[in-house]
Amino acid sequence: MRRLIFFLVIAVVLTAAAFFMATHPQAYTVLRGDRALEPTRARDLENGKTLFTASGCASCHAASDDETRIKLSGGKPLVTPFGTFYPPNISPDKKDGLGEWSEAEFIRAMREGVSPKGQHYYPAFPYSSYRGMSADDVADIFAYLKSLPAVEGKAPAHDLAFPFSILQGVGIWKLLYLNNTVLTPVTKQSAEWNRGRYLVESAGHCAECHSPRNAIGAIITEKRFSGGPNPEGKGRSPNLTQDKTGLANWSEEDLVTLLKDGFTPDYDSVGGSMAEVVRNTSALKDEDRQAMAVYLKSLAPIAGEARLQK
Amino acid sequence: MIPRSILLGFSLLLAKTAMAASPIADRQTVMKSFRGATKPLAAMLKDERPFSLDDVKNSLATYAEGNAKFVTLFPVGSEKGENTEASPKIWSDAAGFKAANEKFKTEVAAAQASIKDEATFKATIPALLKNCGACHEAYRLKD
Repeated sequence: MRRLIFFLVIAVVLTAAAFFMATHPQAYTVLRGDRALEPTRARDLENGKTLFTASGCASCHAASDDETRIKLSGGKPLVTPFGTFYPPNISPDKKDGLGEWSEAEFIRAMREGVSPKGQHYYPAFPYSSYRGMSADDVADIFAYLKSLPAVEGKAPAHDLAFPFSILQGVGIWKLLYLNNTVLTPVTKQSAEWNRGRYLVESAGHCAECHSPRNAIGAIITEKRFSGGPNPEGKGRSPNLTQDKTGLANWSEEDLVTLLKDGFTPDYDSVGGSMAEVVRNTSALKDEDRQAMAVYLKSLAPIAGEARLQK
Repeated sequence: MIPRSILLGFSLLLAKTAMAASPIADRQTVMKSFRGATKPLAAMLKDERPFSLDDVKNSLATYAEGNAKFVTLFPVGSEKGENTEASPKIWSDAAGFKAANEKFKTEVAAAQASIKDEATFKATIPALLKNCGACHEAYRLKD
C-alpha cells in the first residue's frame, strides 16, 4: 500500500513537471518557434503605419478618450466569456509601455505570444493571426510604435475565470493551435489576391471574430470565416464566405464601400466593433481595400448560422 | 348586438395602441427610412446617379423628420426584446446618446441650408454620413 502511494505521488509530480515544461513559454519557442526572426531590410515607417492600421492596434490599445488614436496607453476592457482582458500599454513609455523592448522581443511577442519577461500572452491578443506577418513587417510596426508619444499608465491585470486564469495553460493552447507560420505568396494567385490574403488573414485578423470557436477558444478550422458569436457578447459576426448566408451576393465594390464608409449595400451602417474596424480600414489605401475585397470574394462557401443582411 | 362600426373602430384603436406600444419597431422603422434616404445620396456621391437637388432635399427631410422622434423611442423598458440591436449604453450614457442625436440634427439643418448644387452637396454630405458610423459604434451592438 505504501509503495502504491509512493508511485502515485511520483506519477503526479512527474505529470506536473511534464505539464510545466511542455507549457512553459520557452518550450513553445524551442519546439515550434521560427528560427528566422531577423529582419532583412531597412525599416520602413510608412509600411509600419499601414500595417499598424490594418492590424487594428489602436482599436484595443489607444486610450479610450484619445480621438487621435496614437496614445497607446491601453484601451477599454475586452469583456469575453473567459473573463475580462485589459489591453496593456504599448506606447514607447519606458516604465509602463514597450520603451525598453528590443526589436526581437517585439517580434517574438507578436508572432509567438511571449512577453520579454518570458510569460505567455492570452490569445485575446491575436498573435495567432499576426504570426502570418514577416519579421520585416512586424519590425516596421515596432518602428512606427516607437515613433508615437510615450504615455504613462499601466492597465489592470486581466480578470479571468478558472481555469483560464492559469496563465501557463496558454502553453497547451499554443501547442495545439498555434501552428501557422509566415504567409508566403501563393504563386498561382495575383499579387492583389496575395496582398488581400495578407491583410485579411494576418494583419486584419478578421477570422478572430468571424469564425466559430471550440470550448477552449480556438477557431474551428473547417468553419473559418463562416461567422461566429461576437466574442464580446451579444450578437453574431456574419459569415464572410461565398455562401448564401455570407457574402455571395456582395460585389467587390460592395465590400470596398463597407471597408471605406461602413455602409452595407442596403445602406445600413455597421455598428459596434465593426464600426471600430471600419475606422481602421477607412484609413487604408484604396488598393488595400480592393485587395481585401478580392481575397474575401475568393473564400469557398461554408454554411454559417449567422445572418447577414444584404 | 354591438354595431359593426363600433367594433371596427375599437379594433383599429387596439391595433394603434399595439403599434405605439412597440418603440423597438418604431425606431427600427426610422432607421430603415434612413437607409432609404442614404441610398440615393451615396449613389450621387459615387456618380452612379445624376445629381438631383430635389432628391437631396427629400433625403435630408427624411433625416430631419426621423431624427426629431428618434430619441423619444428608447423609453426605459425597451432595452431588450424583439430583435433590438440597441446598446445598453443608450440608457447608461443617455447624455452622450442625446448629444449624438443633437449633433446629427444640427448638421442636417446646416446641410439643408448650405446645399445648393452638386459642388456644395459633395462638400457636405460625406461628413454628414460619418454620423451614422460614429453613433452606431457607440450605441448600436455589432451587426
